[in-house]
Amino acid sequence: MIPAAFDYLAPTSVEDALAALAEHGDEAKVLGGGQSLLPVLRMRLGDPSVVVDLGRIDALRGITDDGDHLVIGAMTAYVDLIASEAVREHATVLTKAVEEVADPQIRHRGTVGGALVHADPAGDVAAPILALEAQLVITGPGGERTVPASDFFTGLFETAVGDGELLTSIRIPKHTGWGGHYEKFVRVVHQWSIVAVAATVRTEGGTIAEARIGLTNMGLTALRARSVEQALVGCEVSEAAIGAACASAADGTEPPSDLNGSADYRRALAPVLTRRAVLAAAGG
Amino acid sequence: MSISPEAVAEEIEDRVDVDDTGGGGEVGRARVRKEDQRLITGRTRWTDNIVLPGMLHIVTVRSPFAHARITAIDTTEAKASPGVMDVITGADVKDEQGALPCAWPITADQKSQPHPAIAVDRVAFAGEVVAVVVARTVAQARDAAELVDVDYDELPAVLDLRTAAAGGDLAHPDLGTNVSATWVFDSKEAGTGDDVDAAIETARAEGIVLEREYRQQRLIPSFMEPRSVVVDPTGEQMTMWSSTQVPHILRLMLALTLDVSESKVRVIAPDVGGGFGGKLQVTPEEIITFLAARRTGRPVKWTETRSESLLSAHHGRDQWQKLTLAATKDGTVTGLKVDLLADMGAYLGLVTPGVPILGAFMYNAIYKFPAYRFTCENIFTNKTWTDAYRGAGRPEATFAIERLMTELAVELGVDPLEIREKNWIKHEEFPFASVCGLEYDSGNYEAATARAKELFDYDGLRAEQKRRRESGDTVQLGLGISTFTEMCGLAPSRVLGSLSYGAGGWENASVRMLPTGKVEVVTGSSAHGQGHETAWSQIVADELGIPFEDIEILHGDTQVSARGMDTYGSRSLVVGGQAVIMASRKVVEKAKPIAAHLLEAAVEDLEFSAGSFTVRGTGKGISLGEVSLATFAGHNLPDGIEPNLDSDATFDPSNFSFPHGTHLCAVEVDTETGQVRMRDYVAVDDIGNVVNPLIVEGQVHGGLLQGIAQALWEEAVHDESGTLVTGSFVDYTLPTAADTISFTTDRTVSPATSNDLGAKGVGEAGCIASTPAVVNAVIDAVRHFGVDDIVMPCTPERVWSAIQSARAGGTSETTPEAQPHFVEGEPNQDPGTGAEGGTR
Ligand SMILES: Cc1cc2nc3c(=O)[nH]c(=O)nc-3n(C[C@H](O)[C@H](O)[C@H](O)COP(=O)(O)OP(=O)(O)OC[C@H]3O[C@@H](n4cnc5c(N)ncnc54)[C@H](O)[C@@H]3O)c2cc1C
Repeated sequence: MIPAAFDYLAPTSVEDALAALAEHGDEAKVLGGGQSLLPVLRMRLGDPSVVVDLGRIDALRGITDDGDHLVIGAMTAYVDLIASEAVREHATVLTKAVEEVADPQIRHRGTVGGALVHADPAGDVAAPILALEAQLVITGPGGERTVPASDFFTGLFETAVGDGELLTSIRIPKHTGWGGHYEKFVRVVHQWSIVAVAATVRTEGGTIAEARIGLTNMGLTALRARSVEQALVGCEVSEAAIGAACASAADGTEPPSDLNGSADYRRALAPVLTRRAVLAAAGG
Repeated sequence: MSISPEAVAEEIEDRVDVDDTGGGGEVGRARVRKEDQRLITGRTRWTDNIVLPGMLHIVTVRSPFAHARITAIDTTEAKASPGVMDVITGADVKDEQGALPCAWPITADQKSQPHPAIAVDRVAFAGEVVAVVVARTVAQARDAAELVDVDYDELPAVLDLRTAAAGGDLAHPDLGTNVSATWVFDSKEAGTGDDVDAAIETARAEGIVLEREYRQQRLIPSFMEPRSVVVDPTGEQMTMWSSTQVPHILRLMLALTLDVSESKVRVIAPDVGGGFGGKLQVTPEEIITFLAARRTGRPVKWTETRSESLLSAHHGRDQWQKLTLAATKDGTVTGLKVDLLADMGAYLGLVTPGVPILGAFMYNAIYKFPAYRFTCENIFTNKTWTDAYRGAGRPEATFAIERLMTELAVELGVDPLEIREKNWIKHEEFPFASVCGLEYDSGNYEAATARAKELFDYDGLRAEQKRRRESGDTVQLGLGISTFTEMCGLAPSRVLGSLSYGAGGWENASVRMLPTGKVEVVTGSSAHGQGHETAWSQIVADELGIPFEDIEILHGDTQVSARGMDTYGSRSLVVGGQAVIMASRKVVEKAKPIAAHLLEAAVEDLEFSAGSFTVRGTGKGISLGEVSLATFAGHNLPDGIEPNLDSDATFDPSNFSFPHGTHLCAVEVDTETGQVRMRDYVAVDDIGNVVNPLIVEGQVHGGLLQGIAQALWEEAVHDESGTLVTGSFVDYTLPTAADTISFTTDRTVSPATSNDLGAKGVGEAGCIASTPAVVNAVIDAVRHFGVDDIVMPCTPERVWSAIQSARAGGTSETTPEAQPHFVEGEPNQDPGTGAEGGTR
């Protein structure tokens, strides 16, 4: 499958990339790791006349420790995230989720920023980002702005990143000492999530002090299961107690129906997977 | 980077138990395949790697509609597009393209719709070619293909097999019916057994009757190498490279279809990356590429994309089976009635109508019951055509009988192994004339089953199952059994004739002795991943006493191997291997008088072993290599002897071969989610004598996973308009190594009597046996909830729903929602609802 012809630009700085986007307007498309964009181009579901590759912008790649936060460059590949001890220690749930993305080839190419901007509701990065209450740094012609994860995902394949803007980095408040787990439910290993649950949990002496839950593929965007989070506070770390607290995980969701499962089935899965995710995150 | 054969060998020895040394000979030795390095590194002649000077490229335009009239095609813009040399529509080649061949008319009155390579005025499935663009580059062809403007008038699409069989809308209005053919085998009429209706009647009165309906879902063969064709017109000679399993059949069919002289057509199947039956076909794209090369006078290439492959290469299975089993109260089966609906799809391919017939002879499997009737209706629908897929008919039959035997055991409250043993043919009863009239030459079901039980810890697992049931564990354990046999080594030509198959079942081989004592073996078998080069070399090494390394196997080129029946139906070793043996022995016979002459001895005094002729009782001898050189020189040959040791042999088997085996499977079912996890799988196969245990392991492991995939993962799904929803590997959930477990395999040996090797064939065994073993295990895990069937594939949702509704006291059948995974730009859900900015 061959995409329609396009011009290819490979700027080496964010400024140049933004300038290119400004010049070409909606004729241009940003290329991150290409794992979602290239299939779209190859199937000719999109035909931008200019592709702006962010791959040469070193400033967009890497993970830095900013005191209270970890700052992850948008162009950081999944594999680099998985390899990061800092992420594993301070944002465990993200490591766990990214380990479950697709297959090794895609984890070598795909980027965290690309995944977030692509905003596929079955994608595995959004739910942990929600659960970790990350801040997303968006850079446009007018400079930088920071959007909380809860405001970032605006619809199916839609985010707060506007035309002519780039997602440049992700700021994650350190969750040092929090447990984290990503419970991904699939039929075959390399598949997109049918449903998945990101849980990050802080325990104090056998009970849950704080919990945050992100749901994957339970609606048009990743979702926070806030009622579960509240029910979990003060909950003892036992299967029964956590199970009861997670029973409402699917309440109010409108999950999709597709080949891998009906909406009803997904609603039945969500509490089970949430319980498992929380138990694992709490070390239960 | 290249990997040395030694490194590969070391790696394999580390991982695989290769203790078979074959008693000193080459046959029986677990040799690493000599072809693997080039195949695995890809540094070889895959068809798509072939580049010829001035070569043009084809991109197809395919119908998005399942059934429609083509009212107009405007190619003006496409023709004007850069690099375009030709745009061909069906109307352009209406007369010359002929109709694609079907070689197996199963009845005299079979209805068939002519299948044009390019649709002319009507399309009958989504994916049918309506036009092709020929351009200098693939990219130019692809761009221009977007500009071909086709107007359609949609017609009602016939998509559901059972509805189509019942009448109503027609897949092909001109045929006046959706039924292509009805084929019946009745044991009473055939004189091979009793009357099944009487058996059922008796069982209703005083025994037990089981009535079940099973679905064999539609599968997509999913070979690794997408199809590719290159055609080079040189003068009048047309050379076609094609990623095909059947170069010989293809050449003949090209000649017949396109009305060209067979002698002007050369077909080459270079290295071919898998087929599973999916490349046992003469395809529209082969015809199209041929025509395009002829029209333009230039070499032309077509290579499909993966999505194109999933959509348009033929599919497999797709049957509904209605089964009535009669038995006595003590569990002796007395008869089986099979009423089958088989989905042909839109057209009859090379052997499409015969696929259910290959199954017809296997429903009785390893059992002795005396009465049997099989009725099959072949039905047209507006879907991709179906045809052979690994096992072709036999997996479906095996599934049906093995599910039924388990259900019978449950019905009677006995162990499923016990019920099988009660009904199977005892080893002392071979040869055994089956109720279908086949003669099973050898087998020992007791031995294979005993070994499987030993390896499986059957009793221990049953105890664990009991514990889990009693404790109400959320994870339940299920054990599944499948004892199977299959007819393979297709096939005695006479039998094929009696089934109105269009060709014979022989195979040809020739051996060429080179002056230096090296050997070229030409085989009519056409390997596409099976390792023939290695296995054939092992056979010839033993026959001629020539080192393995000095033997070259040539195949897959009609100019090199003029005669051949190609590779499918687990036939290569048992038919083609035997031809290789016969040709090798002819070389020895031809060399003998020359050796005697050179040794100044009498022919009767010579014996041949380990590559040398020796004069009995003396130390005198001469190697075959030396005889070969002397023959080449021709200086000193006996009078009247031709200076040539080469030989040629064709083998037509007298019987099929009948591999069998006992497979035991344990699965864990997560009752909260319906997820099925493989826990243990033991396969004990009896495939007779083995040439290369390593190749056998490969065939068994791959086959097992492919069969398990039918049970758990794979299904071709169309939406209500006839569009293939599982159009990419995102949605057609093919398993990978990461989804499986390590299988435990072993063998028992009851040699076949129909070839000198005593081999039976192993290409399809794993795939035939594993599907019912797994489904039986899944049902066994949830049976206590009241579940007695789950439609394949047993997806988590289906398993979960079955448990839910059984608990609620009903039965349910869930069919998946025909929606692919989201694709950007084509949302399948209205983004206007439900989203709340990522929170709620
Ligand atoms: C076969 C397959 C299986 C997959 N399975 C999974 C899975 O199981 N789980 C999962 O989570 N994902 C899966 N993916 C998707 C994968 O994770 C992608 O890598 C990811 O969705 C996109 O990241 P990317 O860097 O490749 O982005 P690209 O494909 O390059 O870009 C995606 C979109 O984001 C835009 N974009 C990229 N970077 C930026 C930026 N910095 N600023 C603004 N816009 C930007 C692009 O313009 C494009 O619209 C799968 C993909 C494939 C092909």
